[in-house]
Amino acid sequence: MSGHDPDHDYSHLDEMELRVRALETVLGEKGYIDPSALDVLIDTYQTKIGPRNGARVIAKAWIDPVYREWLLRDATAAIASLGYSGRQGEHMIVVENTPRRHNIVVCTLCSCYPWPVLGLPPVWYKSAPYRSRVVRDPRGVLADFGVSVPADVDIRVWDSTAEVRYLVLPQRPSGTDGLTEEQLAATVTRDAMIGVGLPRVSG
Amino acid sequence: MTYTSNADLGGRPCSEPIVDEPEDVHFHAAWEARALAVTLAMGATGNWNLDMGRAARECLPDYAKRSYYQIWIAALEGLLLERGLVSRDELDAGRALTPPLPIPRRLLANEVSAVLAKGSPTVRPVTRPARFAVGNVVRTRAGRVAHHTRLPAYAAGRVGRIDNVLGTHVFADAHAQGLGESPQWLYTVVFDGRELWGNETANGLAVSVDAWEPYLEPA
Repeated sequence: MSGHDPDHDYSHLDEMELRVRALETVLGEKGYIDPSALDVLIDTYQTKIGPRNGARVIAKAWIDPVYREWLLRDATAAIASLGYSGRQGEHMIVVENTPRRHNIVVCTLCSCYPWPVLGLPPVWYKSAPYRSRVVRDPRGVLADFGVSVPADVDIRVWDSTAEVRYLVLPQRPSGTDGLTEEQLAATVTRDAMIGVGLPRVSG
Repeated sequence: MTYTSNADLGGRPCSEPIVDEPEDVHFHAAWEARALAVTLAMGATGNWNLDMGRAARECLPDYAKRSYYQIWIAALEGLLLERGLVSRDELDAGRALTPPLPIPRRLLANEVSAVLAKGSPTVRPVTRPARFAVGNVVRTRAGRVAHHTRLPAYAAGRVGRIDNVLGTHVFADAHAQGLGESPQWLYTVVFDGRELWGNETANGLAVSVDAWEPYLEPA
């Protein structure tokens, strides 16, 4: 190494880096925050809580009719039984795609999103184009994601305006009869659980 | 008194495309991760509630020009300054210049996992019967209110149907104003696309919001 420590090279930091660093330093010196708690929070959402949690829920629902029924009746409890609960998923509802209805989830007012099963929302979910367009022209939004839903399928958009969080249960793709639960989970994309994608079967 | 939310985007004219991103992208700069964590850690101190935090964000005049984590940081600074927890001089200097104020709680590293797993449920015990039942036809509040609210403008003054009764929840409007939890019945109200966007709307679109009872009247 050249002795060029990026952590102490302020010349390359932009305004936001400096601003957040200043804020964090002040809050730490005041004793309002435990700096090591920040590291744990970041690690949690980078490595432990993400859309693979939700994919496991969906795969289980596809292979276990009793679990599926529970999930649709009391999603909070059924999801907690797999170990996923808490912040931004306190009150969960799972909405089921059928041959007659396709579901899409949004938060037009901010960025409400089911964190325990999907992790942090992607940038587009929090941005103006998705939040403004999807309640008005969901098929146009789906086209941006390369998804087309047949014209005779109804579309239901769920705007997460309170503290209930929604997760879409996609239809199980055809030709997956022989797959294990783990292989099924691998087909379940984050976007499919928001309703802007479909499960992805490889090969 | 006026109150303007700059975050109420549903149905606003916008032709910008949506750009998907891979699932393993969590942050787009190192400071975004710190911004997330510092916001969550300060939220856990109990100096303000979730609804006050949302109000602070949606009132930012340049909301539309900022990225989401820029919005979070600007709102967090505002909440801290308003309460005297930090001063502008301290933020500018990047160090503490005066003693701290007492705070209700401090989130410690070894508590993070338990605190996240517990969350902050908003369901409260039922104290009175629900005014509406599934299938009832309702009209949403039409007028503007001078405080934080969670009825989107596109769904204001519209006729919809009760689709689900969700129990009694902390009422965001009261909670954001520091008026306590004031729990109210919460409903999923579903609207036909034509009711929201006019007769030229394509067939087969329904949009729902979750609406507290004070937003609704029988139709």
